[in-house]
Amino acid sequence: MEFIYYFGDVFSPLSFLLLLGGTIGGLILGATPGLSPTMAVALLIPFTFHLEAVQGLILLGAAYTSTVAGGAVSAILLKIPGAPANIATTLDGHKMAKQGQGAKALQLSFLASAAGGIFGVLLLIFLTPLLAEWALAFGPSHLFWLAILGVTVIGSLDSASVVKGLLSGCIGLWLATIGFDDIMGAQRFIFHPSLGGGINIIAALIGLFAIPQVLTMFAKGRRTEGAEVIEVQKHSVLDATRELLRRPRALGIGTITGSVIGLIPGVGGQIAGLVAYDQTKKFSSEKEKFGKGHSEGVIAAEAANNAMVGPSLVPLLTLSIPGSPTAAVLLGGLLIHGIFPGSDLFDNHPDVAWTFINSMLVGQVLMCLFGLYVAGLAARVAQVPQSVMAAIVLALSVFGAYSVQSSMGDVYVMACLGIGMYFLERFGFSAAPLVLGLILGPIAEANFIQGGMIADATVGKASYFLSGGLNIFLIAVVVASVAYSAWMELRTRRYTTKEEAQA
Amino acid sequence: MKKLIAGAAIALMGLAGAAVAEEYPDRPIMMMVSYGAGGATDFQARIVTMTAGNEDALGMPIAIINKPGAGGRVGWNWFATQADADGYTLAAYNVPHFIAQSIKGGVSYSADSFEPIANWGADPAVFVVGADSPFNSMADVVAHATENPGKLTFSGAGLFVGHHIAALQIEKAAGVKMAYIPTKGGGAAAMKAVIAGEVMGGINNLSDAFRAQEAGNVKILGVADLQRSDFLPDVPTMQEQGLDVDNSSVNFRGVMVPKDTPQEVIDKLAATVPEMFANPRVAKKMQAGGSPMHIMTRDEVKAMWAAREQTLKELLAGL
Repeated sequence: MEFIYYFGDVFSPLSFLLLLGGTIGGLILGATPGLSPTMAVALLIPFTFHLEAVQGLILLGAAYTSTVAGGAVSAILLKIPGAPANIATTLDGHKMAKQGQGAKALQLSFLASAAGGIFGVLLLIFLTPLLAEWALAFGPSHLFWLAILGVTVIGSLDSASVVKGLLSGCIGLWLATIGFDDIMGAQRFIFHPSLGGGINIIAALIGLFAIPQVLTMFAKGRRTEGAEVIEVQKHSVLDATRELLRRPRALGIGTITGSVIGLIPGVGGQIAGLVAYDQTKKFSSEKEKFGKGHSEGVIAAEAANNAMVGPSLVPLLTLSIPGSPTAAVLLGGLLIHGIFPGSDLFDNHPDVAWTFINSMLVGQVLMCLFGLYVAGLAARVAQVPQSVMAAIVLALSVFGAYSVQSSMGDVYVMACLGIGMYFLERFGFSAAPLVLGLILGPIAEANFIQGGMIADATVGKASYFLSGGLNIFLIAVVVASVAYSAWMELRTRRYTTKEEAQA
Repeated sequence: MKKLIAGAAIALMGLAGAAVAEEYPDRPIMMMVSYGAGGATDFQARIVTMTAGNEDALGMPIAIINKPGAGGRVGWNWFATQADADGYTLAAYNVPHFIAQSIKGGVSYSADSFEPIANWGADPAVFVVGADSPFNSMADVVAHATENPGKLTFSGAGLFVGHHIAALQIEKAAGVKMAYIPTKGGGAAAMKAVIAGEVMGGINNLSDAFRAQEAGNVKILGVADLQRSDFLPDVPTMQEQGLDVDNSSVNFRGVMVPKDTPQEVIDKLAATVPEMFANPRVAKKMQAGGSPMHIMTRDEVKAMWAAREQTLKELLAGL
């Protein structure tokens, strides 16, 4: 209960001002395409040079919390996921915005974010020692199986058929091999200098999601009857809260999946949203509504990606190992004040540690309040005529792809992937499985090679990858997941053939 | 109108040409870091350049731009082939990384593609084992490796980086074969493998290992440098423990410019930048973060690069 003692520090005038500034700034940075939470936090580090350690961390913590949530704004309104965490949000969120429910989608996403986020920070406060052990339990073999588990999700994710889902997943896996192989340093498919570093995930996200939509808008031309100006329905916050409470399953699955997966170093943050979305869909009674603008999809995805924020800091705060790129940037923010995460932090600087954690808790609430306010304003974006909208999204896409690492190469990558995806979408392929392949490919590959090298030196590949409780559990989940997808596919096929026969 | 613009452009170009020597720098400078935001190189680069805007330094701020990927190859490739050689584009270097990569091949740079300006830091590699490991000295490690050739697993941050060089040197010096496991995700991932017990030991950065030891997670058995570190006065060097390992794997970090940068600009930078690094505010922040400083002038760095290239060519010849 030590953390309550330090709550006062959060509300000292300067700290609270920084908390407010960090939250509002974070929301704006998060909503800007191409600025991932990692970039946003890195941009703020120089400001902390002049602040006290506690205040600097309050600023960074607030910014981290709100950029993750802010990414939902561009994901829902513009179909540009700000970071991998927001991919799942676009699937249903943008559909809702198109149906004029942008305000509702935003309200739900911020409410779900806050609920998930608060749960995640509470886990960080109460269960840190336990969670640290759990984070270390995942070795190369387990991470490999976890990535394979993610691959099994591909088929059932937002696709017309399992086969098409798997195919676009394979395209993603292939795209992931482009560039220098990180372990061996071998060059693969580098036919243009801008591909040397592989395909940047943020640039790819912008290209795959935003560009096909821009092309579709342009393809409609200047026909006025086609330029549907979306009516934005006003939606009260109270209704949104009620809607959220009516969907406890989506909220619960999202929060728990996000917290558990967010904890695993190196994997968590990127896939938490997608896995939560898929699990919620599998357990939902309204499966067929997913991908068509269903509120459960938005709730699960956003609850998961904010629930991940707290647990993702566990390896950093306890073991001094940054588990995610954002945690690495936060580590820099601590080191600059001479504070070492780990026992030093909690024993010698409890004021810093607990004020930081408390500020994330308060930050979640502030983020939600400002988010709800923004939701009212931002939903008007959808009232812009389509031709103007297409130009805005295109400009933002180019800006976003360029700003990731100030490189035109990323803009070319974004444009190529976007044009390719436009044609793939016409054949019923979907961007979400492709992106999942792009994210999971390197994780599976690196851990297989690394695990294989350890195995060769010790017990041999077979027993390294196939024995041990956690390995067997993960393999069982993989098998169950595949079996479930196959069974669902067969069942729907039988139904359709029956209907066709009757017709 | 067109004439006016053309005239203005010519005038501007004339101005820029004349201004190079006397007025440099007259606008903010960019420094490329070939590792991601939050990494040790990025973190240190931000600290050592924070006083660039002061009157006694360059008088203009330095902005950090990250171009991460493929162990630094992406950034340095870009720097060697596409960066403007006008003094407004600097880059951070990591030795032995970029020299080892250029020897191994597949990149469009070598030590001759760049002109060093000054060195700011030197982070030696250390050998770490988990806190509960039976190994208590390098002799224990070597003894175990001699009994079980090729079975002693130890992690490091990739191939052809400082950690890998240290690993090769230790194996060569002890005359044993061990299993070096390169991890993806830099020193943090390699350290996690040690703490979680996935591997029996590991090579890591002194600064990160120091933190992990403070947190009670690892033991540091030896430093791969010529003398002991101020941060770890109790940890003996490899040479003190009978292993002939010199400072080839020490991760030197500093500033460089592309090859064809005007000589006046190089001279100006070479004179000012080491002074800038020596600022007490910089030293305080670096000390607080556990980052060892080691300021070297342009001539010293040139000699260091040449010596490193020689050693690495011999060491990597067999691979």
